[in-house]
Amino acid sequence: MKKTVFFGALTVAGLTAGMASAATLDDVKARGSLNCGVTTGLVGFAAPDAEGVWEGFDVGVCRAVAAAIFGDPTAVEFVPTTGQTRFTALASGEIDLLARNTTWTMSRDVDLKFEFVGVNYYDGQGFLVPKALGVTSAKELDGATVCIQTGTTTELNLADFFRVNDISYEPVPIETNAEGQQQYLAGACDVYTTDASGLAATRATFENPADHVLLPEIISKEPLGPLVRHGDNEWGDIARWTLNALITAEELGVTSENIEELAATPGNNPEVNRLLGTEGELGAQLGLDADWAKNAIAAGGNYGELFDNNIGENTSIGLARGLNAQWTDGGLIYSPPFR
Amino acid sequence: MSDTPITYVRDTMLPQKAPPTSEIGPVRWVRENLFSSPMNAILTILSLYIVYTVISHVGPWLINGIWDADSLTECREIIAASGDGHHSAACFGVITARWHQLVFGYYPSELYWRPVLALLVFFVGIAPVLFPSLPRKLFIVSMIAPFLCFWLLWGGSIWLPISIALGFGVGVVAFKLLSASASSLVAIIGAIVLPLIYWLYLSGPLASGLASIVPLGIEFVPSRSFGGFMLSIVIGLSAIVISLPLGILLALGRQSDLFIIKTCAVVFIEVIRGVPLIVWLFTAQLLLNYFLPPGSNFDLTLRVIIMVTLFASAYIAEVVRGGLAALPKGQYEGGDSLGLNYWQSMQLIILPQALKISIPGIVNTFIGLFKDTTLVVFIGLFDPLGIASAIRATTEWNGIYWELFLFIGIMFFISCFSMGRYSLYLEKKLQREHR
Repeated sequence: MKKTVFFGALTVAGLTAGMASAATLDDVKARGSLNCGVTTGLVGFAAPDAEGVWEGFDVGVCRAVAAAIFGDPTAVEFVPTTGQTRFTALASGEIDLLARNTTWTMSRDVDLKFEFVGVNYYDGQGFLVPKALGVTSAKELDGATVCIQTGTTTELNLADFFRVNDISYEPVPIETNAEGQQQYLAGACDVYTTDASGLAATRATFENPADHVLLPEIISKEPLGPLVRHGDNEWGDIARWTLNALITAEELGVTSENIEELAATPGNNPEVNRLLGTEGELGAQLGLDADWAKNAIAAGGNYGELFDNNIGENTSIGLARGLNAQWTDGGLIYSPPFR
Repeated sequence: MSDTPITYVRDTMLPQKAPPTSEIGPVRWVRENLFSSPMNAILTILSLYIVYTVISHVGPWLINGIWDADSLTECREIIAASGDGHHSAACFGVITARWHQLVFGYYPSELYWRPVLALLVFFVGIAPVLFPSLPRKLFIVSMIAPFLCFWLLWGGSIWLPISIALGFGVGVVAFKLLSASASSLVAIIGAIVLPLIYWLYLSGPLASGLASIVPLGIEFVPSRSFGGFMLSIVIGLSAIVISLPLGILLALGRQSDLFIIKTCAVVFIEVIRGVPLIVWLFTAQLLLNYFLPPGSNFDLTLRVIIMVTLFASAYIAEVVRGGLAALPKGQYEGGDSLGLNYWQSMQLIILPQALKISIPGIVNTFIGLFKDTTLVVFIGLFDPLGIASAIRATTEWNGIYWELFLFIGIMFFISCFSMGRYSLYLEKKLQREHR
């Protein structure tokens, strides 16, 4: 009995401590670095290089947030997380921000009590087939064998798609992307399906990438974005507006090259001035320095630069902007105004 | 005597003739071992064909291996340029470029000497245990080695390991004083409780106090930087070293006549052994996070080491129990009849024999344990396999598989094979029956 009371008290103490330490920004500042959850390795999005320095598209978001807070894009501790450990790591406070190509879904937002601060990549499930198969549309895949990762949303999406179109398929269950590549190349399945960005990255590694085509159908919505815990809106705001600053910077033509020049003196575009802190008090509203957005953009460039340097058409992954173009170019990338 | 030679008597020995070629050397060996019957001949030819097929496919791939390339694309260009476009070659450039990560993980490269030195210290420390012919004075190194290794690997202030080591001193002193003044049971309890109190409440302030007076230390390296074989070896060796004594104690506890000790040992062994290691690792990673107060930072690698150690000790306990059960009852009775107390008879008579019987089982468990350290990849630690997939996640090396797996496989084989050889050496040395 006494023991139960003791453990109960301990739990309550733990919970209240969790609520008391809600000011994540203060914790991060006291620690001197941002704990950012990333994948254990995904081409183009996050991977350590030969010196062990993390780089990639998701890593760029972490670095921008660190730069906004500290003015130093290297003040980040990267915590590698797996699909199983990522949400616990965030919920338990081991990491402050999770930037790990995580799909924004309602249950994750509401039931798991997280706060998605935006979308940094609009993905969707696609199909990769050998050119020799002579297929031009996913609707012609009747009776095909499909390599599919088990226990993921892609599996359910696939079943839905084939049922809606009233065609049949034979699943070949695989465990990891690496296994999927090998099975597909060995001819164990006619079709490999996963997120389109992953398929493009996979195809780029083939010996003859031109022998394989991505089918035009995208059968699911996978908005990927960084997320934080419920309960600390000030911290969520910092992450959200750092991402928005990167997007706005691209829209306004602020790049890592001209940023020093633009931030030196107030120019004639008031929104650029507000963004870069030469006018107004936007930084102070977040509890950060006036040049927070300037530092965030200078860390790895604006949204477009991050995209082009890590996963864009000039890299070996070669993803087109597509849905991820600015709204002015017909895409979905859109930031509320800095005002 | 006539001087005509007697022609029918041979006066010199005939020089020895070589045996027929079919009865000596390789020819005989081949006849007897490979072609002794039609069935054997067919099997031999079949096996030769299979061996040839494998070698003719893998051999060129290995020999043509490209060692200086900065990316898989470059490898493929070199292959395309050098051959007719059909032959394949391994791209060992990935090993040249990233071997340091496979071995040390993300440990700072200018500090690589520290884990290497720690491994040396470990070997010097364990040498007197492994090889009884070495001078006994080396045991002093064995006692210092764990703390020195800890300090070399993680770095930071030197006072932390020293203040932790002092805890054991507290235990020894408490035992000596209490066993002189009170009963041995009180002494044992004191020797366990007092150091615990010391570690919980005193060692931390003591270490930070000393560090503020005399700041002595080397650069701190967080556990997150550990990876590759270094991580496997750190987890594996710590678990091996701690789990053996723990396992022996558990095995003795399970055989004990004291009800509570016996129940505790049985429950511990069955619970730990009855749940897969991966579940314990997830417990260490996920559940503990919820139970610990937020903000408390209990090192993940340390948690994993503790879990793996507990898991291994449950297995060792059962292996040692097998050894204990194999001893005839007369050995126990012999110890009693000599008037030895429990610990003396265990130390002098029972355990030396029981452990000798258990050696193959113990080493088997250790080899399994060492390979099981690769399971930590599932909780986001970079063991060699985790590093391999991280390397694959860079644009340069995406799509490379066999070369990395081959390297990792060879490294694990070397470690496990040498452990197996040592156990054979030990068994031979301890052979008493046929002398």
